Amino acid sequence: MKNIYIILMKEIKTYFASPMAYIVSASYLAITGFFFVASVSDAFSEATIRGYLAGATFFMIFMSPAITMRLIAEEQKMGTLELLLTSPVKEVEVVLGKFLASLATVIVMIIFSLYFVVLLYIFGDPDSGPLFNGIFGLLLYSSATLAIGLFASSLSPNQIVGLIVGSGILTSLTIIDFISNRVTGIGSEILSFLQLGASFSVFDLGSLGVAESGHFADFSRGVFSLVDVVFYLSVTIVFLLLTIVILESRRWR
Amino acid sequence: MIRVEHFYKNYGPYPAVIDVSFEVLKGEIVGFLGPNGAGKTTTMRSITGYLPPSSGNITVSGYDSVKYSLEARRHIGYLPETVPLYLDMTVTDYLSFMGKIRGMNQKWIDERINKVIDHVRLGDYRNTHVGKLSKGYRQRTGIAQAILHEPDVLIMDEPTIGIDPIQVVETRELISELGESHTLLISSHILPEVSAICPRVLVISDGRIVADDKPANLSNRLSGTERIEVGVSGTKVDSIISTLRKVDSVIDVRSDSRAEQIDQGKKEKFIPIIVDAKTNENSAEKIAKSIVDNGWGLRNLTPLPMTLEEIFLQLTQEN
Repeated sequence: MKNIYIILMKEIKTYFASPMAYIVSASYLAITGFFFVASVSDAFSEATIRGYLAGATFFMIFMSPAITMRLIAEEQKMGTLELLLTSPVKEVEVVLGKFLASLATVIVMIIFSLYFVVLLYIFGDPDSGPLFNGIFGLLLYSSATLAIGLFASSLSPNQIVGLIVGSGILTSLTIIDFISNRVTGIGSEILSFLQLGASFSVFDLGSLGVAESGHFADFSRGVFSLVDVVFYLSVTIVFLLLTIVILESRRWR
Repeated sequence: MIRVEHFYKNYGPYPAVIDVSFEVLKGEIVGFLGPNGAGKTTTMRSITGYLPPSSGNITVSGYDSVKYSLEARRHIGYLPETVPLYLDMTVTDYLSFMGKIRGMNQKWIDERINKVIDHVRLGDYRNTHVGKLSKGYRQRTGIAQAILHEPDVLIMDEPTIGIDPIQVVETRELISELGESHTLLISSHILPEVSAICPRVLVISDGRIVADDKPANLSNRLSGTERIEVGVSGTKVDSIISTLRKVDSVIDVRSDSRAEQIDQGKKEKFIPIIVDAKTNENSAEKIAKSIVDNGWGLRNLTPLPMTLEEIFLQLTQEN
């Protein structure tokens, strides 16, 4: 436990000492802000954060791997992974420490973006339940995307490979509904079950930036759904385990 | 302190280390010598618990490197070949992180950081970012993290590779100092370097230990020959060679025309002559005498160390 905390703190320090943290946070606020404004600026629009959530889930396809790409790749490249793993530290502690650091980073960004919510309360009369349910869902969704990003980072000492593989996996899990809509039967169900939650239809101007799909649809509408909670937690755990396996694989290669 | 028994390591179907056994006792400084790819780094990584052996046992301070890996790692300070550094941390932050990750408490860390920084003479750079340090100073930072937690055993993989000659000398001195209080295993592919630091040398070639001896004995034992470079002026190369061939302990004489030198004063060329002679027969004295007796000028008489390649060739043919 203590080792996880030590690694977590080291990563957070490193991250916020680099320009990357500020560039990513600023882009996050700009892009989610754009979709938030698009969804509530209409005279008849509802006071919800659905636009914000659609923008956030979409942007995280690229942002999560950008946050996680250096976490393991850099350690491999600099040889510090060998140092960590010859210290009295377990692989699982390294992976969890790094994952929690990336999650903490995203939580900080989400907290910054909460002024959207404050604006809603000032100028409108939002429904608090669905609103906080949506943010809770966004946290789960982020942790799944970060775990996938971390896994991608462990595959190669090259950060760019981590970014591309991570975004690739996340994009595939997003556009998977284009395919699942075109097949029938059990195949369609399996494919649509894998839909992670972002949607490219955020760019559909007719929907005013509101786009919902996959496991995030219920959270976005404000419905609490246990299946989706379990799905996101499972994806997180599976990819963290895969990352640990990759780190341990040096032992039997 | 370190005990390696019948250690094998395969990478897939390729054997990297084959049946290596040795022991390093408390307080010993042992050089681990071998060409690139001989299995030095693999062996060191297995001792540190980074790679488990394919078969065989390794214990460090009495702890098995696989079964009690975490405990064994606490007793080891390790400096890998590429110095593992976080470039965006300051020297102090880096050492402090390494201390924490090894389970040291804050008081112990603070105490040790100051001592260690003084020890490796990094005092002026304690708050400099590691990324801004020169290669030699990065090496020292690497050594500092290895000795921070007062380990019983220090393992250094090619500690003087890639740094400039002055810093090499300083690093060697530092390592010799460390040898007074630690059990040390140092790898290198440079024989003179190992000879300068280590009273005992393990030679590894193609994954096998081919020799375990004092460095001085090593080159002598190998062949019974010593190599001497002779610089002679005042006559032709051919006549020098034929004269030296007649000296009784000399085995072979040849000229090293690649190293042709020009005497600036007389504008005449003189070519160093390489003599292989039997050891322990005062060959140098006999060579000098025969040159002087002929009335030639003796410019230099230098014993040449055997190159590593020749030693390996000898050792592998011996076995």
